[in-house]
Amino acid sequence: MLDIAAVFLPLLVAFVAGFAGKHIGNRATQIVACIAMLGAAVISIIVLRNVALHGTSETLVLGTWIESGALNVSWGIKIDALSAAMMAIVNVVSALVHVYAVGYMRGDKSIPRFFAYMGLFTFFMLALVTADNLLQMFFGWEGVGLCSYLLIGFWFERENANAAAIKAFLINRIGDIGFMLGVFGCFLIFDSVQFDVMFKKAPEVADLSFVFFGGAVPALTTVCLLLFIGAMGKSAQLGLHTWLPDAMEAPTPVSALIHAATMVAAGVFMIARLSPLFEYAPTARAVVAVVGALTALFGAAVVCTQFDIKRVLAWSTISQLGFMFFALGVSAYAAAMFHLMTHAIFKALLFLGAGSVIHALGGEQDMRKMGGLWRDQPITCACMGAGALALMGIGIDGVFGFAGFYSKDLILNSAIASREWFGVLAYVLGLAASFMTAFYAARLMIMTFYGAPQGERHAHESPWLMLGPLVVFALGAVFAGWTAEDFFGGAGRGAFWRDTLFALPEHDPIEAAQVLSCWVKLLPLVAALSGLSLAYGVYVRKRAPVTPAKAGVPFAFLLGKKTINGMPAFAGMTRGLYRLISNKLTFDEAYDFLFTRPTRRLGRFLWQTGDEKIIDGCGLDKGAALIMRLGRHSGTLQTGYVFHYAFVMALGIAGFVTWFWVRG
Amino acid sequence: MNSFLASVGLGPFLIVAAILFTIGIVGVFINRKNVISVLLAIELILLAVNINFVAFSAFQNNLMGQIFAMLVLTVAAAEMAVGLAILVVCFRNRGSINVEDISEMRG
Amino acid sequence: MMIPSFIFYLFSTILIASAVMVVAARNPVHAVLFLILCFFNAAGLFVLLGAEFVAFILIIVYVGAVAVLFLFVVMMLDIGARERRRGFMKHVPVGLAVGGIICAQLALVAGAWTFDPHAVASATPNAVDNTRALGRVLYTDYVYVFEVAGLILLVAMIGAIVLTVRDRVPAKRQDAARQVSRRREDVIEIRKVKTGEGAS
Repeated sequence: MLDIAAVFLPLLVAFVAGFAGKHIGNRATQIVACIAMLGAAVISIIVLRNVALHGTSETLVLGTWIESGALNVSWGIKIDALSAAMMAIVNVVSALVHVYAVGYMRGDKSIPRFFAYMGLFTFFMLALVTADNLLQMFFGWEGVGLCSYLLIGFWFERENANAAAIKAFLINRIGDIGFMLGVFGCFLIFDSVQFDVMFKKAPEVADLSFVFFGGAVPALTTVCLLLFIGAMGKSAQLGLHTWLPDAMEAPTPVSALIHAATMVAAGVFMIARLSPLFEYAPTARAVVAVVGALTALFGAAVVCTQFDIKRVLAWSTISQLGFMFFALGVSAYAAAMFHLMTHAIFKALLFLGAGSVIHALGGEQDMRKMGGLWRDQPITCACMGAGALALMGIGIDGVFGFAGFYSKDLILNSAIASREWFGVLAYVLGLAASFMTAFYAARLMIMTFYGAPQGERHAHESPWLMLGPLVVFALGAVFAGWTAEDFFGGAGRGAFWRDTLFALPEHDPIEAAQVLSCWVKLLPLVAALSGLSLAYGVYVRKRAPVTPAKAGVPFAFLLGKKTINGMPAFAGMTRGLYRLISNKLTFDEAYDFLFTRPTRRLGRFLWQTGDEKIIDGCGLDKGAALIMRLGRHSGTLQTGYVFHYAFVMALGIAGFVTWFWVRG
Repeated sequence: MNSFLASVGLGPFLIVAAILFTIGIVGVFINRKNVISVLLAIELILLAVNINFVAFSAFQNNLMGQIFAMLVLTVAAAEMAVGLAILVVCFRNRGSINVEDISEMRG
Repeated sequence: MMIPSFIFYLFSTILIASAVMVVAARNPVHAVLFLILCFFNAAGLFVLLGAEFVAFILIIVYVGAVAVLFLFVVMMLDIGARERRRGFMKHVPVGLAVGGIICAQLALVAGAWTFDPHAVASATPNAVDNTRALGRVLYTDYVYVFEVAGLILLVAMIGAIVLTVRDRVPAKRQDAARQVSRRREDVIEIRKVKTGEGAS
């Protein structure tokens, strides 16, 4: 009963806000939405507690969906450790974001629509998370993609927002093709799309192969790779990542909820859920790990060149998702889920704080024009500081650490402890990414809050409706890792997760990570602190406006040149590198050239030549013209002379009689 | 009078009627002069039909043919009345009853 | 006997010749007169066939009414004899050809028919004359047909009248009822007019 309430309350909110919102007014809509979402959040926490204490795992079947031959799919809510944890995360974050949004969206003219979309999104996310079969998960998957489109294009009068929404939806769609093919493949292998059936059968089918174009491909690996493509699209991994920075056209609460905490984490969740399958497909896991590690590094590098505060956070999300994926790749599923949870908290915190800053500055998003905000917005500054520290992963092992410290370190340690080639590679790249993460997190804080204001402004602290969730999240960012560490990386995890996150015992990296030497365990912290101090050195000590030449300096430093005053030639060389990275490795331009333009050209060709010239010209217009010409010529038979008509009649009679006579 | 019929036979009557019928039909569309000619030709057609009817009726000893001939007569009279009335009105409006001038329904 | 055949051929020849003249005559009055000759000869043929009532009806109705009507109209419209249009001779061959085909077909049909053995022979014994026999059948078995024929004639008469009636300019006359039913308020209106101005 509780479970149903937790899942369907957001849908109720969506219906009320969507259909009755205009009639009951903005205030009432917001009150209903917030109360319902807070209620759902509380219920989810209770459910999570029940699962943690009693270890219950059940599936409530709500009704049948498809019954066709061997395919039997039903709607259901599956409550086990994984889904309960995700449900709690989604509902809590969503509830706090709802409260924040009441303050942020004040004065907007479509408030009921906003809350309807948010409620709808939450419902779809919950449907995804509590699915007990691949098809229901796909239903939620598509639903969150739809809501993401609706919410990115919420301010639809802006052309950028519309374009960004379409871009997000299209790229998601590409991933979805992979997902669908994966589902089909699963059905082929397992004759079912139910998770429990699939997981039971997984060990037996590990060696099957498909016959594809004459060759044999390993079946399970192919299916896992296809499903990973779906995850790539949804979680913005390298290759299908271009939509996420542009999705920042959405209102900030939306960015916080969807593009930081929950929807982009759906890919991670999906792979974690399918861990029994991935365990038997080592090649797929290798690909996941490599792609994740590359994404982590790439995302972190690009962040260092961005000046828009929301873009910084978007690329940071891409990078952190890369971390989660390579954790999945090395079979450290619990570590990935841990980081998912902590990332949800501190990334949402950072986004909401950024929203507070933007709101106070009247829409300004360029960090170069900020600065010195700690005086005007102390609470926001403190909360965001907590979030930044969590992102950097600062902490002391065994004593205390911010949330990101525990999860990120667990990931990195598992990677090196897994002893696979891709684990080591991922570790190296992840370490570099951690360094850059700390750098940009500190850069963000310094540029926004420290120093002297760059320009005129009248900033003020945000209202408590917006600050309240910030404080709650900040508390989470500080304490969540410390309290939950036991469940994820520590001894308690076996009792909590049971079979939901399954790793073959022979290469369980989390187990192996416990026995690393303490020097190795210190390395991530070292990387983080060095990044932090570098940022301090560049931005605080040399508090000068950052030009591209000077921005080449950090890279010069990385490569071992110590002098900060720069060597002209070297700065010039890194300038090229800088420009390449700040253009996001020209992914957008490449995609535009390779896919968008040819598609547009094809479309135009088909329209102008195919449709207008060929079909209209040969078929419709010609046909119509032909009929008109025929009609006109036939019309000349009507001469108007009666005796002509009589003559034709006589001819007709003669003809008929002749015919009848000949016919006999 | 059957003996008369027996001596002549039915055939000639029918041939006469046929020839008359053809003359009437040809007369309808061969003239270019005036509408009166058309009406006269129609009269010839009706006359031919009458001859046919009566000939058959005499040959079969069936009165139906003659009754139908009388009906044809009735209808021909009615039709001529109406047709000539139309002709008169047409002449009033145009001043001419030349067949070649009446061609407004062309196209 | 030869005489009935001879009479038959005489009538037929004159009939066909005058039919040709009806079509080919230049003067429309001549054409109508030739038509009258046709009718007479056809009546003769009918008498030969023993249908004297039909023959006389032919003369009375066709000649006495229809042909006279034709003459009225022709003379009223004053069509006048005009020479043949120039294109007349062009069309004759085609017309004759079509006519010839029809005629040949009719003849073929005539040669191929047979009597229907079940045809009902109504009483035309020599004892009863044609008129009486027709009367016996017409008003009993075919009375509906008779009534319908009457209706057709009625309709034609009405139609002809309606078509040709002309609205005349009404002659001036007095309508006593209208004069008596006039009311003061409909025809008189009192106005205040300023001195020096008109009453318009």
